[in-house]
Amino acid sequence: MSIREKFIVTKRYSTISLTLMVIGVLAIIGLYVTQGAKDDPNMQARFWGSLLQNSVYFLLVVNAAMFFICATTLAWGGWQMAFRRVPEAISAVVPVIGTICGVILLLICFGNNHEIYHWTNVEHVKSDPVLNFKKGFLNKNFFAFWTVLTIVAWSALGWKMRKLSRSLDDKPLATNEEKKKYVWNNTVWAALFIVVFALTVMSSIPWLWLMSIDAHWYSTMYSWYTFASTFVAGMALICLFVVYLKNSGYLEYTNEEHLHDIGKFMFAFSVFWTYLWFSQFMLIWYANIPEETTYFKPRAQGVYSGIFWIMFIINFLAPLLILMRRGAKRNYSTVTFMALLIIFGHWLDFYQMVFPSPLTDPKTGETQVPMILYDFGVALGFAGLIMFVTGRALSKAPLLAKNHPFVKESLIHHT
Amino acid sequence: MAVKKFITGCFYDEAVLFPAVHKTRRAGYKIHDIFTPFPIHGLDKAMGLRDTSLHTAGFIYGITGTATAVGFITWALTVDWQQNFGGKPFFSLPAWIPITFELTVLFASVGMVLTFCYLCQLAPFVRKDHFNTRTTDDTFLMALECTDKTNDGDAMSFLQSLGATDVQVQYKETGWWLGRYDKETKRFERKG
Repeated sequence: MSIREKFIVTKRYSTISLTLMVIGVLAIIGLYVTQGAKDDPNMQARFWGSLLQNSVYFLLVVNAAMFFICATTLAWGGWQMAFRRVPEAISAVVPVIGTICGVILLLICFGNNHEIYHWTNVEHVKSDPVLNFKKGFLNKNFFAFWTVLTIVAWSALGWKMRKLSRSLDDKPLATNEEKKKYVWNNTVWAALFIVVFALTVMSSIPWLWLMSIDAHWYSTMYSWYTFASTFVAGMALICLFVVYLKNSGYLEYTNEEHLHDIGKFMFAFSVFWTYLWFSQFMLIWYANIPEETTYFKPRAQGVYSGIFWIMFIINFLAPLLILMRRGAKRNYSTVTFMALLIIFGHWLDFYQMVFPSPLTDPKTGETQVPMILYDFGVALGFAGLIMFVTGRALSKAPLLAKNHPFVKESLIHHT
Repeated sequence: MAVKKFITGCFYDEAVLFPAVHKTRRAGYKIHDIFTPFPIHGLDKAMGLRDTSLHTAGFIYGITGTATAVGFITWALTVDWQQNFGGKPFFSLPAWIPITFELTVLFASVGMVLTFCYLCQLAPFVRKDHFNTRTTDDTFLMALECTDKTNDGDAMSFLQSLGATDVQVQYKETGWWLGRYDKETKRFERKG
């Protein structure tokens, strides 16, 4: 079988990605003119909140691709080798969106608007015993330091993993000893990434970036819940690119057996997300302590209840019932549809994480759901950016990691 | 269930077995079953077996468990014996989700295990005929079911030509019956 080694970015592909990016930029400009440039701090927060939600969400989603590579590497998995270059290419977006996200976060943190991060208001913190107590963790310097360090660490370790993978393309490993050494080397670097990942995405980063929006409130499940959300969306993104490449006649050795396993990940982590989402809700609902229930009041019962329950249908019921059958996970159309739905559903999840608190009117205590179409626009912009950078990364390296010691396992993979 | 006539052949290598399965199917012989000491990837597909419906059964058992849990707890806590737990409403679904989940898993798992045992004809104090006990150790065995039109000699030489060894004609009961493996118990009478 002749294989098409490298992805060629078609004209149509770049047109679509550029159009999406233009839509994103227009949406940001529109938001800035209508909201961000106003004097009302709530309106400014609505502008920055949209940037925060989209950049953090898409950064964590593309970073989940590198987590997928490292987790399967640590498990000495071989089945993903046939399409491993796809998550690798997606993870190449991390430095790009990481830079954007870092700039946005630092601007919010050091800006004059304190509606999103109340704890950045030094005067307010002095009179607030809860925030004063949390000052050691929630302060501008630590936030900036940890944010920059995290994004640099993700980018650097991701770069190292990609480099290790591509180093084999031109020089196959001859002896078993070399292969063992290579696998071991990969394992060590993957383990390092996982440790960094555990200290950031699975714990401190969601606390700093998202949970500190509701700075008085805390939940020990929050980071896991965020991780589950972005990981399942990350698998869906990998799935979309795999299906796209397959449809364009690439990835000859990837077949429905591999798609089936990606589908299993989407199915399983949708259930895992629901488990965390529900557990967080149920404990707070059961204890019924006012300082904890404030988080769910606007979300589950207030103006966000529509989004909250639609999210439950999209992120749990639909994947559970639709992806449950074996045939559904092996069907390209079903899996593509579900992947799009999951990415959208978890985007909504982030939407209701970010917005209720900054948009709360200080006088009435009422919050509101902002006009979601702008945020769609910004999200499309990020989608275009991911398409653009991933496409370029895909075109730079062969699509099959043909010299990896485990590649045979993937070619004969059977579910 | 009934006693049937089979022609059996033993194989020791997947690389021989798989082409043999393809050729046997193409020749039109009816493969009763292939016995292997361990699962072989792709053998079910090669034999043209349909997907198992065990999953569907599992889903139905799971739904039954969900319905049982929700139904019973609802009846017990809202109709039969109302209790005030921390000022919560009598119908407090979130508190019941963990139990509902557990019962769903319990029904699905126990039901699927029993269904699996039934489909494989496995149960305590129940016996089955074996074509060759070495299929539990190191041998693959293919059993062709003989029909009225099967010519024993042709079928046997066909199996031998595919690389099978120890080709035999065997009369075996295909069902299961009460009995034990450590004692020779009486099978059903051979019919016909």
